Amino acid sequence: MVHGEAWTIKEFFTYPNEYIYWTIQIVMYPFMTGLVAGAFVLSSLYHVFGVKQLKGIARFSLVFSFALLPVAMLPLLMHLQQPLRGIEVMLTPHFTSAIAAFGIVFSTYGMIVASELWFVFRKHFVETALALKAIEGRTVLQQGQYLLFSILTLGAWDISHDALEADERAVKKLAAAGIPVACFLHGYAGFIFGSVKANALWMTPLMPVIFICSAVVSGIALCILTYILTMEIRKQLSRRRRLAHPELPSMDELKSAEAHVVAMTSRYLLMFMVAAITLELLDLIFRGYTAVKSWDILRSVIYERDFVNIFVVQYGLGNLVPFVLFLIPGLTIRRAAVGTVLVLLGVFMMRWNVVIGGQAFSSSFSGFMHYVLPLWPDSMETLKEGLVGALIVAGVPFCLFYLLNKVMPVFKETH
Amino acid sequence: MISRRSFCKKSLLIAGGLAIPLSCLELFDPKRLLAEKDEKGARWVFLVDTRKCVGCGFCVKGCKVENEVPYDANVTRTWVERYVVTKDGKTHIDSPKGARDGFPNKGIDIGHGKLEEIKDEDIEKAFFVPKLCNQCDNPPCVQVCPVGATYQTADGVVLVDRKWCIGCGYCIMGCPYGVRFFHPVFHVAEKCNFCYHRITKGMQTACVDSCAFGARRVGNLRDPEDPVTKVIMTERVNVLKEEYGTKPQVFYLGLSKEVK
Repeated sequence: MVHGEAWTIKEFFTYPNEYIYWTIQIVMYPFMTGLVAGAFVLSSLYHVFGVKQLKGIARFSLVFSFALLPVAMLPLLMHLQQPLRGIEVMLTPHFTSAIAAFGIVFSTYGMIVASELWFVFRKHFVETALALKAIEGRTVLQQGQYLLFSILTLGAWDISHDALEADERAVKKLAAAGIPVACFLHGYAGFIFGSVKANALWMTPLMPVIFICSAVVSGIALCILTYILTMEIRKQLSRRRRLAHPELPSMDELKSAEAHVVAMTSRYLLMFMVAAITLELLDLIFRGYTAVKSWDILRSVIYERDFVNIFVVQYGLGNLVPFVLFLIPGLTIRRAAVGTVLVLLGVFMMRWNVVIGGQAFSSSFSGFMHYVLPLWPDSMETLKEGLVGALIVAGVPFCLFYLLNKVMPVFKETH
Repeated sequence: MISRRSFCKKSLLIAGGLAIPLSCLELFDPKRLLAEKDEKGARWVFLVDTRKCVGCGFCVKGCKVENEVPYDANVTRTWVERYVVTKDGKTHIDSPKGARDGFPNKGIDIGHGKLEEIKDEDIEKAFFVPKLCNQCDNPPCVQVCPVGATYQTADGVVLVDRKWCIGCGYCIMGCPYGVRFFHPVFHVAEKCNFCYHRITKGMQTACVDSCAFGARRVGNLRDPEDPVTKVIMTERVNVLKEEYGTKPQVFYLGLSKEVK
């Protein structure tokens, strides 16, 4: 069986070699990259623009963005037919290809986030290392921790007031430099699609901008949702711990902090949502208005075959419903949680409709192809490019976030 | 002792310097520059006479055997399309298994294993169109390949390095003609290369050799005495999907407006 045959159903005339080659992993790729960029932009709103109300979520989203970073690459690797050669993109980049920019933009961005994190958490590293150093007769685990934190300080043990202020300035500069790079990271993901002239649905200069806007939307939504979830877990934990340690913040204190942050962040979410939806609709209307040669087949895909995916799930459930949920006054945590889940669904469906929808018609404009998502893997191929592969990609950032949080506690007051 | 600031500066400088990939040096490859200027070299082109094609599919068979594309796999480097235009103005197209076995059924294959029967009296015109890689002068597949595994030779043929391709599928997406696919055995991008191993030794391509009707011909555009060049220069030839700006180098005689 040839690659793509397992999940492609053909109808009418398609060229013999045409299959759905870019599957759910290529849907996951811009989705995950978008989350990285969005989470970073959210954290920068505090660091660069001084939106003080977002302080609570800024550090959280910065660490989360770092946890998401390696996962932006994972779907690409899983989709490659020769994954062991994936590193060649970094080693022998062919610069006329949009994918070749990946190595440079991705590593630049990674370095910026890593440095920013270091400046934010340097005080914590030093304090932890010093505290561990003071312990007499360290256990193996403590010794390991001591080594780890000593290395993480990179030899900068100075935590005087001046040094910490210098750190703050560095964070601000890095965050400012990071915004364009984060946008570029995602913009070029849109460019990968927008520059494929052979594909009538993808071919639009608006593609990178649409991708950036919806990336910020999805990143903010995921940060709000994860923030709510972690705060809920903390509340439950603190209820138990407060019995032993009464100095810990009370349930009510945690709750009000949470509500405040969520309300503030969701306002930014709404702003970016308006921009994203406007651009997407502009693209759709423009295509219909100009009605070039490809419009006939695009119309039948958009308004007939993918109608439910595009208008019901993406625009209806994923955009309109959360929009209304956020706009109704007196935003509750529960409503915000439902809203953000729907927003994430909407952005995911936007990626799905672009990637899969773009391959739903033949280049001959005479036939259609339908992607049947492999649910249960029966081969390596259907494992990698099916539901299981997508779930692996979706789960990894949370595991990484858990581990990172052990080293860089997002809720600890550091400065 | 080196200060932290100067250490950071210097290491950034070194890292930046190392980051300039050696591939950039390709720009100054004198051999390549010479080859591109070489007027005496070949520019391989293809001529398809659709009026002569009978849809027997021998070319598809010949190509599969010659180029190690698994015989039963539902992908092919070259294929033949059947066009049936009915009196109501509709165009019915199919290419079952790329026409490897010709067109054994009169009905048009519409997918899902179904055939659409068309009455003889409803047919306005019908014809066959062989397809293959257009070896474009401005190949989008070469442009989008992230590692340079797809490249163009000085004589115009676009090749794929099977040892270098990472299998991302970007070239498959970038080709407006749908000629590319993943090789079922090597798991890398695959396409027609005008039987480069044959034409560079003065032989014909496998599909040209298999065609009993002279519907396929390969030639050198830089040789004015080449019979194929003479036809391209003097007769009314056409190319597929010119609007994509890829400058295809497969020329068709007797192309109809229905051809996609």
